[in-house]
Amino acid sequence: MTPMVNARNLVVAALLAFLLLLPVYAGVTGNPFLLTLFTRIVILALAATSLNLILGYGGMVSFGHAAYLGIGGYAIGILASEGITSGFVQWPVALIVSALVALIIGLFCLRTRGVYFIMITLAFAQMVYYVAAGLARYGGDDGLTIYRRSQFDGLNLSNKPTFYYLCLALLLGTIFLVWRLVNSRFGLVIQGARSNERRMQSIGFPTFRYRLTCFVIAGTLCGLAGALLANHTDFVSPAMMYWTRSGDLIVMVVLGGMSSTFGPLIGAVALLVLEEALSGLTEYWQIILGPLLLLVVLFARGGIDGLLEAASLRPRLGGGADAKVRRG
Amino acid sequence: MRRCAVAEPLLQIEALTKRFGGVVASDAISLEVPRGELHAVIGPNGAGKTTLIAQLTGELAPNAGRIRFDGADITAVPVYRRSQLGLARSFQVTSLFLDFSALDNVALAVQAHAGHSFRFWRNARREPELRAPARAALERVGLGSRAEVLVANLSHGEHRQLEIAMALATRPRMLLLDEPMAGMGPEESARMVRMLRELKQELTILLIEHDMEAVFALADRITVLVYGRVIASGAPDAIRQNAEVREAYLGEQQVVAHG
Repeated sequence: MTPMVNARNLVVAALLAFLLLLPVYAGVTGNPFLLTLFTRIVILALAATSLNLILGYGGMVSFGHAAYLGIGGYAIGILASEGITSGFVQWPVALIVSALVALIIGLFCLRTRGVYFIMITLAFAQMVYYVAAGLARYGGDDGLTIYRRSQFDGLNLSNKPTFYYLCLALLLGTIFLVWRLVNSRFGLVIQGARSNERRMQSIGFPTFRYRLTCFVIAGTLCGLAGALLANHTDFVSPAMMYWTRSGDLIVMVVLGGMSSTFGPLIGAVALLVLEEALSGLTEYWQIILGPLLLLVVLFARGGIDGLLEAASLRPRLGGGADAKVRRG
Repeated sequence: MRRCAVAEPLLQIEALTKRFGGVVASDAISLEVPRGELHAVIGPNGAGKTTLIAQLTGELAPNAGRIRFDGADITAVPVYRRSQLGLARSFQVTSLFLDFSALDNVALAVQAHAGHSFRFWRNARREPELRAPARAALERVGLGSRAEVLVANLSHGEHRQLEIAMALATRPRMLLLDEPMAGMGPEESARMVRMLRELKQELTILLIEHDMEAVFALADRITVLVYGRVIASGAPDAIRQNAEVREAYLGEQQVVAHG
């Protein structure tokens, strides 16, 4: 048991307070750019949180997670261009289509392991990418502009603070959901299968169906992020599910801390703020970012959250170091 | 009415055959384990003991032959179903969830047999119906005080004990123990023998073991495998006298000779 007040909890609390108060600050200073940046960060943090469910807790290294961003986004874009702008139709469609695609991809991918799993998820995502690029009616390669954001009664998504708070609420809801999930019976099965799938089967778990369910849940949640992203940019294009985007999501999870509750959020904020700051300094910002990431992967296996946790535990290390149980 | 005449054996293996290319790892193995018996399978290295266990648990599919458990043909039943039917296995090379606590490990085994796990909300680490039986199983193998310790930090002997606790937590009808004493010191082995003797009172056990002293101390019957073939099967005394067995073990195990 770590004490309630420690370095890690303080950082997370400060981050949450910052995110909650950001629109106020942006309003006072009249700096809309910050709000736009953080809306994007919050949405991608949601996508990273969903990836963490399979990557961190489930040990399924999906290199095609951005496909669901695109599917969720295209569901909004296509329906909007066909004149269906009600969010009560658009959003359920985005979620259901994401879930179905995840089910199909999962049925194939989850029969493979390791590098094969990585490659086959990547292949499926590229297939979805090329399908989107081939949709001539919906802009093909050039993408599709969304002229009207999703319509919800009593909620104006074109209002920047409103939209930001909606995204933040959905992000926090997702983090809470994933936290409950990974500590439930279902979550322990998922983590057990990551740790030792063979043993899970020998004690009586049909692991495939649990891992598939987890894969579908993660895809659906990422589809939600896609729906938000489409509304945020008022635009969808195949680029939003290009494989580098999947890579970005993996970097966020690894940087923030795999199988940590707030890790993906921390990682998304760190990566995107760093990217923003460095690209302001120099055109070759990736030369700085790359080595930084390398350092984290080499020397902080638990990511930033792992470093914070270690900092929180340090004064107590003399005690029951071996009594420390990995928590979800 | 079903079991009126002769009690049907709990486990029946009929002409089980497994080939790897040209190598016959299981050569028409037949054996029966009646309820309540502790049946040991011994044999020199490479005799196909682990291949036999893998077919019993369902990890390997035999090329021919049948496995019956409690009257039902389970030859083609998948691994997790066999466990649900009451066939539990401990691994030769320790196979645990290293990043979980000892209690978490056993609680997972309990959970596997407590209905489906499509339960998404309640904290499973706070469910008494999972934790209490898991604690009981840990107490039983003498790991009660180590429940909260991360498995990666347990000793080798404790890992072996935990293997047994997990098998027990699935409330099996039969235990398949794959070299439970492997790598143990004499003291730990003695403790394991005492524990198996207790378990024998209530469970049917198939024991694969290298430690001859333990085998002859525990087994009701012994089957000897050499190159995938059963060369002898019978009571410990008969096996000890058997000329073919002594020849197979010559130079490898003197214990068989003077027991």
